[in-house]
Amino acid sequence: MIDFVVHDEGDSVGVVVVEGVKAGDELTGWVMDQNLDIKFKAASDIPIGHKLAIKAMTAGDTVIKYSTDIGKVVADIGTGEHAHVHNIKTKRW
Amino acid sequence: MSQDLSTATFSGYRRENGRVGVRNHVIILPVDDLSNAACEAVANNISGTMALPHSYGRLQFGEDLELHFRTLIGTGSNPNVAAVVVIGIENGWTQKIVEGIAATGKPVTGFGIEQHGDHETIMEASKVAKEYVQWASELRREDAPVSELWVSTKCGESDTTSGCGSNPTVGNAFDKLYPHGATLLFGETSEITGGEHLVAERCRNDEVRERFMFMFNRYQDMIERFKTSDLSDSQPTKGNIEGGLTTIEEKALGNIQKIGKECLVDGVLDKAEAPTGPGLWFMDSSSAAAEMVTLAAAAGYVVHFFPTGQGNIIGNPILPVIKLCANPRTVRTMSEHVDVDVSGLLRKEMTPSDAGDMLLESMFRTANGRLTSAEALGHREFVLTRLYESA
Repeated sequence: MIDFVVHDEGDSVGVVVVEGVKAGDELTGWVMDQNLDIKFKAASDIPIGHKLAIKAMTAGDTVIKYSTDIGKVVADIGTGEHAHVHNIKTKRW
Repeated sequence: MSQDLSTATFSGYRRENGRVGVRNHVIILPVDDLSNAACEAVANNISGTMALPHSYGRLQFGEDLELHFRTLIGTGSNPNVAAVVVIGIENGWTQKIVEGIAATGKPVTGFGIEQHGDHETIMEASKVAKEYVQWASELRREDAPVSELWVSTKCGESDTTSGCGSNPTVGNAFDKLYPHGATLLFGETSEITGGEHLVAERCRNDEVRERFMFMFNRYQDMIERFKTSDLSDSQPTKGNIEGGLTTIEEKALGNIQKIGKECLVDGVLDKAEAPTGPGLWFMDSSSAAAEMVTLAAAAGYVVHFFPTGQGNIIGNPILPVIKLCANPRTVRTMSEHVDVDVSGLLRKEMTPSDAGDMLLESMFRTANGRLTSAEALGHREFVLTRLYESA
């Protein structure tokens, strides 16, 4: 059972691919590029399609997904926490 | 099961100019907003014809007018169209569009409404439409190789499952079609923001790369000129954000999964321009679904791959739009819109190659005549791109 997927092991976030993830749930992740399984505990309720942090990040850090910069952290994010528009913003525009 | 694409064929309509279409539409094409009513009346009179109403075509000028003509001429010229009746308020622009379509050799006749009125125009145009649709109904399909198939892609209401599921599925299918000489298209200029360096690396040579970056920077300049914020209220869309996408960079990196891992970008097109050879083409285009798919149809593409995450329901009047989705919730709640369910990818129940093969199977069935969900549901979004105000 895959609860979240990660594109590359260097990424700082994964994507929840099941409905109903609650804070405290033990999650199994699949790192697609390296075909590895990893375990994480959800620290927030996270809707399907939304991201969880698999690395702790502080404001000003760059968020990495697909091994590439996808924006900047604007509020600290702990591992297992919901990572979205409340703590990440674009660096463009 | 994976097909041998070197010998695979689809069954289509070979047009007068040699191109092969997969639909056999007789369209009633308005030059301008004023002529929609007459076009719809003709389509109502004559079974098997279809009007393509739209909102523009008056007092446009310069590049915006050229794009208007290119889009309407391209739509009529698309090999999914057997014959065309053109109706405009006056004869000048009507004949310009008729002549553009006539270059393909297909039957086309134009009518100007001024000095005739709607009644006489509708009567005369209906007589021609009847002849065209009866003639078209006797055309027969013939087998054609993959090298004669033109396939476009654009995604919509994407979410994070698009980037890990449905978009890589299109990428896999493109990587498989490319070596067999198919003519492929992607675009969505603003939705490459954050991944433009990755597309530039995939360009065949420096000339293509420079042209791509010119188009990319031109679009960025337009956004910089008109923006009032960081666009986070519109790009990503509210649907994208609901689906978990956070920034334009994240959306773009998911988006460009559609061009696969192997095929090169062979050329760059302006909006609604037709490619001049096989390979993968980038078209400068809006990321709004109906605008981009309309431009792809005008460029001559005959089948479209449309991955969605949150459930964009778009169709096009002449270009069959195949929807694929990897989000299990969307597949469950909006199944009538989904042609290819690739949600198994995210459960590790299928590989990207399995998913690509499923999409290719759907492509052949669609090309051979099976209606897509969007066609069966009556989605005919025909939306013209405007560059600026009318004069």
